Amino acid sequence: MLRKVSALAALGLALIAGPALSAPHPKEPKAVSWGFEGPFGKFDQAQLQRGYKVYREVCSACHAMNLMSFRNLGQKGGPFYDPKYPNPNDNPYVKALAKDIQVNDIDSETGDVIQRPATSADRFPSPFANEAAARASNGGALPPDLSVIAKARSGGPRYIYSLLTGYAAPPAGLTVPAGSYYNQYFPGDLTASWSGDHDHVPPGGFLAMAPPIQPDQVSFDDGTKSTVAQQAKDVTAFLAWAAEPKMQERKQFGFAAMIYLLIFTVLLWFSYRRIWRNVAH
Amino acid sequence: MSGHSTYEPKTGFERWLDMRLPILRMAHDTALAFPTPKNLNYWWTFGGILAVMLVVQLVTGIVLAMHYVPHVDHAFASVERIMRDVNYGWLIRYMHANGASMFFVAVYIHILRNLYYGSYKAPREILWILGCVIYLLMMATAFMGYVLPWGQMSFHGAVVITNLLGALPIVGEAITTWLWGGFAVDNPTLNRFFSLHYLLPFMIAGVVALHIWALHVPGNNNPTGVNVKSAEDTVPFHPYYTVKDGFAIAVFFLMFASFVFYNPNILGHADNYIPANPLVTPAHIVPEWYFLPFYAILRAVPDKLGGVLLMFGAIGVLFVLPWLDTSKVRSMRYRPTARLYFLIFVVACLVLGFCGAKLPDDPVIPGVSTFQLFDADLNSFVWLSRIATAYYFAYFVVILPILGLTETPLPVPDSISAPVLSHPATTPAGAVASPEKRG
Repeated sequence: MLRKVSALAALGLALIAGPALSAPHPKEPKAVSWGFEGPFGKFDQAQLQRGYKVYREVCSACHAMNLMSFRNLGQKGGPFYDPKYPNPNDNPYVKALAKDIQVNDIDSETGDVIQRPATSADRFPSPFANEAAARASNGGALPPDLSVIAKARSGGPRYIYSLLTGYAAPPAGLTVPAGSYYNQYFPGDLTASWSGDHDHVPPGGFLAMAPPIQPDQVSFDDGTKSTVAQQAKDVTAFLAWAAEPKMQERKQFGFAAMIYLLIFTVLLWFSYRRIWRNVAH
Repeated sequence: MSGHSTYEPKTGFERWLDMRLPILRMAHDTALAFPTPKNLNYWWTFGGILAVMLVVQLVTGIVLAMHYVPHVDHAFASVERIMRDVNYGWLIRYMHANGASMFFVAVYIHILRNLYYGSYKAPREILWILGCVIYLLMMATAFMGYVLPWGQMSFHGAVVITNLLGALPIVGEAITTWLWGGFAVDNPTLNRFFSLHYLLPFMIAGVVALHIWALHVPGNNNPTGVNVKSAEDTVPFHPYYTVKDGFAIAVFFLMFASFVFYNPNILGHADNYIPANPLVTPAHIVPEWYFLPFYAILRAVPDKLGGVLLMFGAIGVLFVLPWLDTSKVRSMRYRPTARLYFLIFVVACLVLGFCGAKLPDDPVIPGVSTFQLFDADLNSFVWLSRIATAYYFAYFVVILPILGLTETPLPVPDSISAPVLSHPATTPAGAVASPEKRG
């Protein structure tokens, strides 16, 4: 996809090589506020559970999360953490979630490839056997792994939320290639596909992912209304957690560290003043 | 190391050891009793800060190396494993990644302090050159360290930088092949970069020891630039400067910690969380912030070899600086004209850093196009970086040599104590940390 975009961008640049015009940019991500932002930010466990459900029922059809294991869901700060089970491998809810999913294994007796229900120690299985299979099923585009996607895109969670909710009907004059979809937040340069005024190229780009979320696509167990915006927000929170599962621990640790350093600094300041009190300098 | 030793062994064991290995004597003379000018301001605390940062990088780096896997198929995942599954791995890795940035913040301030107070002048030329060597080693170490997570910026940054050497005539191609361990940046490259990234910090530590040795022969320069004349001008390093440096280190650590705990990725690039893919080039390859001024100098020159030579020249010129500056007055406190040019120099460096992060052909003032000058519009970052590059070199090879001969410096005090004793803040009760209220 990136290759396609950069090819389009190069083509676009070639077309406007004469006048010094800067390439059109995608729209700035929507200003969404999240509970996990800021120095005291925390993930909302109910939101992470809803977000996992959206990932499992929608995204995981095409997107792998190779760095995630089922046990991660039950670790401290995770969607299904239960203080009764400090070892997430013992968490019955996590075990049950894993059991519903089949993973590949090798039969140790025969050496045959078999399928068995996952355990909490297993990684999330990939939807495709390999990259070629993934591309073949997606019109040549490779659905990126989502493990650290919230850190791997500039704009982070805001960008992901904006992208998921940023599909719009293409403006008149924009030719959308077959198998692509117009998204106002996807980086790209649409100059080559735009027949209108060259100074007003629409923002955004084309991506191969169809609008992934429909209203009421996922039914939430806690009764939350399943709008597109709600599902997008929840799955984004889940992806933000997956990218940085130790964020809460980091901020809590950081608060203690800052207090400690602050006291230490003040003590050193007074020591400094006291030691230097008789020196003219 | 300079002057005679004031160490007196107090116990029988110390006397016994002193006859055999006078290591306690050395520690006493260099770290405790070492006479230090009493007027050092907070700009002088960055030496201590750098020493502490080197230790932080070494300790965190050694722990990271216990978990990291230097292989193209495993490097990215092993770094994420450190973040997820290693106890406090997130802390160690974020300290190491942000620590590199903090190291450069401190080294740039340290270098600028040198330039302002003329610390590179006789008899401290070797001290200064050793500092330049440390800086070069730091840049090599940081560059190779950034390659190790094997993200998109790691890989394509390595491709861009190693290809620069290919611009050298005749030997260029052979050098890049030798450096890569093959015909492209690949697993052998990653492997040797890991090996060298582990080795170079210990070389830095070695040169730091020489740097400190060279410091202890002439002793510290000071904000007046006047030589120490009597014992009245100095205080023992301990406790006076251990406590002052300690305070500055603690303040520096507060800033460091605010990055590690609250903004650990803000100095990095999002693309480096995408695993390296040689077939997909990021839209916009940028180095880490601390290399941006040099990146701007590289791109300011339309010719590749010329750009490479100028980029290395920007550091090379530092090595001969002690012989370029003709002024007999060390401190710019007494050189008002030089001070002005120095200020412009600092601005030029910041402008270069800014240009390094931008696309060369983008306009500086948006929406305005002026006229085409040679290869680019005058209102473009490439022209801005050319102007700043010209000033960068002019400062060293034109301004400093001429200014020393033409300017009229202000009267320089007779001794370090002289300006202090006439300063209103001399009375001990109201004594302030530094008379000119710096820091």
